[in-house]
Amino acid sequence: MSTLRFSLISVAIGLVIYICAHLFGMGYLFFAGYTILQFIVLSSAWNILGGYCGYVNFGSAAFFALGAYSTVFFYKFHPLPIPLLIVIGAVVSGIVGLGMGYLTLRLRGAFFAIATLALAVVLQTLVINWDYVGGSRGAYIVREETVLILGYPIQYIEYLFLLMMVIAIFSLVVSRTIGRTQLGFGFATIRDDELAAEASGVPTLRLKLIATTLSGALMGMAGAPFPYYIGYLQPASAFGLEYGVNSIAMPIIGGTTSWVGPLVGAILLGSLQQIATVTISSAVNLLIVGLLLVAFVIIAPNGLVGLVQDRLRARRSR
Amino acid sequence: MSPLLHVSNISKRFGGFVALDGIELEVQQGECVGLIGPNGSGKSTLVNCICGALQNEQGSVHFDGQVIDGLAAHERTHRGLARSFQLPRPFVSLTLADNIRVPMLYTVHKRTGPLHADSVDARCVELLRLVGLDKKARQMPRDLTQVEMRKLELARAVAAEPKLLIADESMAGLSHSEIEDILLLLKQLNERGITIILIEHIMSAVMSFSKRLVVLVSGKKIADGKPQDVVRDPEVVRAYLGQ
Repeated sequence: MSTLRFSLISVAIGLVIYICAHLFGMGYLFFAGYTILQFIVLSSAWNILGGYCGYVNFGSAAFFALGAYSTVFFYKFHPLPIPLLIVIGAVVSGIVGLGMGYLTLRLRGAFFAIATLALAVVLQTLVINWDYVGGSRGAYIVREETVLILGYPIQYIEYLFLLMMVIAIFSLVVSRTIGRTQLGFGFATIRDDELAAEASGVPTLRLKLIATTLSGALMGMAGAPFPYYIGYLQPASAFGLEYGVNSIAMPIIGGTTSWVGPLVGAILLGSLQQIATVTISSAVNLLIVGLLLVAFVIIAPNGLVGLVQDRLRARRSR
Repeated sequence: MSPLLHVSNISKRFGGFVALDGIELEVQQGECVGLIGPNGSGKSTLVNCICGALQNEQGSVHFDGQVIDGLAAHERTHRGLARSFQLPRPFVSLTLADNIRVPMLYTVHKRTGPLHADSVDARCVELLRLVGLDKKARQMPRDLTQVEMRKLELARAVAAEPKLLIADESMAGLSHSEIEDILLLLKQLNERGITIILIEHIMSAVMSFSKRLVVLVSGKKIADGKPQDVVRDPEVVRAYLGQ
């Protein structure tokens, strides 16, 4: 399927979901849906570096928070429309991703993972001490009740949901396109064997920098509308553990070798967490993620997609 | 005629250990050179310095008339220097055909401009046929036997369309007939105009393949000449058999 066709089908599916939710007339659906879409973006973004290239990033929350705090900064400095803030979030996080890549990509395995974790801690400390964006007290973002789209007034949460839908579709298209092009082949060789990749002519450092930049930029895009969604942003929520953990757990549970895995993982885990939040308590969210992660690492290390692929291959060779 | 590869006085240390000590080596276009030496004599370090996996501290490497010191490994591959690894290092998550495709996309592409997808596919099949793996093109490297893995390793190196191929112990641990297979393959590649440096412990293979033999011992070159003369050299005999 061509990229254009894939994009059109994704947009159509997105619209159907929106219309169904709209007809249901329940604000909560948009509220929960937004979170799931946001995790689709985060897990797809994580997967570009973690799944395709094999470099585990524990600092997803940092890139997400950078996007969110860019928005807070402009809210105070000079309010801009959210689509523009999303672009700014992408640029800021992308640049930090490039910088982080340049500084840390000579490290491998656990050392790289620890460096990304350190980045999150450093950025959080900076934000806590930056009064202009609220410091440790946090910042309030006041949003309108409704917004006019093509002349029609719609609820603000529906507007945010639509924006996040667009970002989610964009991140899936990017992730899928990478997997099908020369870049995807290059990323796979880095994951498999960097020395052999270099010997085959793959410029590994440049490719890894492309991966950290793209991955960071997408995470920044996911974070940019967040202050408007949450209304009150404090460092502990933007740099929350749940973003770092979910961004890793969702692709691993779904499967890391293609764009489908993070999508499946995000829908599955995201929905489970929403159900748990409503029926039990939001405190069990991370417990669910932890348990599922342990179970999948033991039972299906290649995730759900890998499990299905293995079954299909076994059936074919029978 | 200037040599295709000129290694001039290169040295490499690992801490206090001198792995290479002032190695001088010239390889002419089209030659088949055998490189031998006891374990730990610096053969693989020399290959790594030539190919860019390690950077030498002293001396320089000229390839195809240009100094290539300081270039990353992939840039050296782009200029026509390819290697196979002592222990096969296939891309385990890619099919055999895709393993071959990587150097074509990243190296040949670079040299000749974008290739048509069909011509890349055809070339993948052709190369796999050359090493007898065309029927397994869609299988994964984990499905291969040891000898097939080494053939894949050579095919991937050749896919980069190198001027010089360095085969690092591509026959270790193989049976007699399998060694013959690999030797035949290397000879075919040489006939196609690829200069080859063969690093090997199996003397029968080295003797039948090489037109020239270079011997390294403890990071120093102790002999360089016709294979028949080199193996009779008293210093070489001493290095291998002791006194």
